[in-house]
Amino acid sequence: MGLAISFWLLAAAAVGSALAVVLLRNVFRAALLLISCFFAIAGLFVTLGADFLAMVQVLVYVGAIAVLLLLAIMLTREAATGSPFSRWRIGGAIASVALLAAMIAVFRATPWKVADQSVVLKPTTAELGARLLTPESGFVLPFEIASVLLLAAVLGAIVLVKEK
Amino acid sequence: MVGLQHYIILSAVLFCIGLYGALAKRNAVIILMSIEIMLNAANVALVAFSRYVTPQLLTGQIFAVFVMTVAAAEVAVGLAIIIALYRQKEKVDVGEVDLMKW
Repeated sequence: MGLAISFWLLAAAAVGSALAVVLLRNVFRAALLLISCFFAIAGLFVTLGADFLAMVQVLVYVGAIAVLLLLAIMLTREAATGSPFSRWRIGGAIASVALLAAMIAVFRATPWKVADQSVVLKPTTAELGARLLTPESGFVLPFEIASVLLLAAVLGAIVLVKEK
Repeated sequence: MVGLQHYIILSAVLFCIGLYGALAKRNAVIILMSIEIMLNAANVALVAFSRYVTPQLLTGQIFAVFVMTVAAAEVAVGLAIIIALYRQKEKVDVGEVDLMKW
């Protein structure tokens, strides 16, 4: 019961603030509401029993990505001119609603193979770490590639914003 | 009772909001934010599948970790491009960026 109530509250918060990000004219307020959307999604991860991911969501999205976005808004002084719609305003809405209707129809028609739900919610951090870093599970190479990708992205960002 | 379908429909709703933002906005920073919403929607679906379909394996959660890594790299490079663009054009309107348009 408590899980259901928190799911509906967090889902309403996430959808509401995501809609506000897309519809508001003020860029700065949109960025602040994006942060609340990230927080609501972290809460949804908690209701799904993914405690480590909820923590990483707060650290990476709220802590790093949101701050980067706010910094970029300050540096580009775009808050004054706002975020106007392009000429795809109507077409984009039609395309998104059509895609949403198609996805919901497919999701409702598919017989999902839901596993036995008797397993209790338990801390996932140790198991995630073990699965990422033991050779048997096969995630060691992707893990290393992800670190190379992050290094390349950081170097690329520095090169791009460096004064000529 | 809240189940798998609730979570994946919520994920679809968030994804379509992000898609609408990416299609219908002209400000490059807002488009980047919409892409972040879409990546988060995918993460919600991955974690929901991990919880309800393979609760012992945690594969969906590992995928979500990789999605977050790629999202962080994407935001770093994307914002660097936006700042470089602003230096050149004094605005971040994607309608004005047509240097590579055929």
